[in-house]
Amino acid sequence: MFDISPAEWTAVLLSLKVGLVATLVATPFGIAIAWLLARYHFWGKSLVDAVIYLPLVLPPVVTGYLLLLTFGRRGLVGGWLADHLGIVFAFRWTGAALACGIMSFPLLVRPIRLSIEAVDRKLEQAASTLGAAPWKVFLTVTLPLALPGVLAGMVLGFAKAIGEFGATITFVSNIPGETQTISAAIYTLTQVPDGDAAALRLVAISIVISMIALVTSEWFARRATQRMHGR
Amino acid sequence: MLRVDVFKKLGDFTVEVKFTGEGRVTGLFGSSGAGKTSLVNMIAGLLKPDRGFIAVGDEVLDDTLAGIHIPPHRRRIGYVFQDARLFPHLSVLQNLHYGRRMNGVAYDHAHQDHVVDLLDIGQLLTRRTGQLSGGERQRVALGRALLMQPRLLLLDEPLGSLDSARKAEILPYLIRLRDEAGVPMVYVSHDPNELRRLAAQVVVIKRGHVAAFGDAESVLADITPQFVD
Repeated sequence: MFDISPAEWTAVLLSLKVGLVATLVATPFGIAIAWLLARYHFWGKSLVDAVIYLPLVLPPVVTGYLLLLTFGRRGLVGGWLADHLGIVFAFRWTGAALACGIMSFPLLVRPIRLSIEAVDRKLEQAASTLGAAPWKVFLTVTLPLALPGVLAGMVLGFAKAIGEFGATITFVSNIPGETQTISAAIYTLTQVPDGDAAALRLVAISIVISMIALVTSEWFARRATQRMHGR
Repeated sequence: MLRVDVFKKLGDFTVEVKFTGEGRVTGLFGSSGAGKTSLVNMIAGLLKPDRGFIAVGDEVLDDTLAGIHIPPHRRRIGYVFQDARLFPHLSVLQNLHYGRRMNGVAYDHAHQDHVVDLLDIGQLLTRRTGQLSGGERQRVALGRALLMQPRLLLLDEPLGSLDSARKAEILPYLIRLRDEAGVPMVYVSHDPNELRRLAAQVVVIKRGHVAAFGDAESVLADITPQFVD
């Protein structure tokens, strides 16, 4: 039962790689967007808000198909990237990371936004009277105080990215060793006879990964409260 | 020398204040809601006057006619808030050095020792800010503002959130600060006794306007007890 085959390991490691890359690349964008949404009122803000949350409510297949149309070989952006920068998303693990990054973006942004909103503006004022330019205030006060929220968002985003299925399989298909993540591997195993044991092993692994992610994010949330009180 | 001549509309309330502070400590006296904090925020640059002029010494910080508004981080004005506003993610020592680091001032051991001794905060340096008492927080906030080597120190009711025993504990430090630190101060309070002990000149502010201005003894002598809340 617990004999994990090389093919299963490949799927697990690929999932971890895709999830990590998606999260690490999405985080700076997530922080920027969260900060904008937390601190500024601008024209079209609710539209930006809606677009970010769209992947949460759209059928994942729709998101995947839209990605295929945009970032596929013949897509507007995908064609340009392939011709000019040599970056190809279609049917590559990078495409899986892109799909996972977009699908997990709302979960990444939300805790960061909440933690930035919770930072006391009075502390930022104090920092500016002490000589910190606005970007230094952000780096030395706002971001460190929001850091537990940033980490919690990264953990949640990572967990979502690891489990992403619909958009990924639509966009980059289900190629073992290239785009076949845990979810896609489980799906494939349920479609073949005698696949149950292997599918269950992967199910167990994904439960463990998700539990670790949730417990970690809980811990960061507790840390956030302590930090705000200077303990 | 601090020259202030500002007008600011805040909703239904207007702040219109003009005075020139000459002494080491200029007191701003008035009941809560009189506009003292708005005025101090304008001096710090956190609030921009609708029209008017603010200068410290020869340096113009605000001049709406000339289109000058120096942002707070370039004013080098130390601000001690009623609620201290220490950074909770930094230790006491890191808080103390924050202003110095942000202003690119070189580390000066003698100056640090002097400020630490003056405020008697040597035993607090390694603590987290959450472990400090109210009086200790205010002393650290004072030290943090002093270590950036400000050209002016704004103290907005620094004793306001303390009980009378704590006030009596901090007041001697403020007097030492006035006599030894050599930084001009603006001291905001609604307690005439504090101002009598600290300030040379007092500006009395009532509903956003200057009600009286002059040397502390004579101005505060006219204050009837019921004016004090």
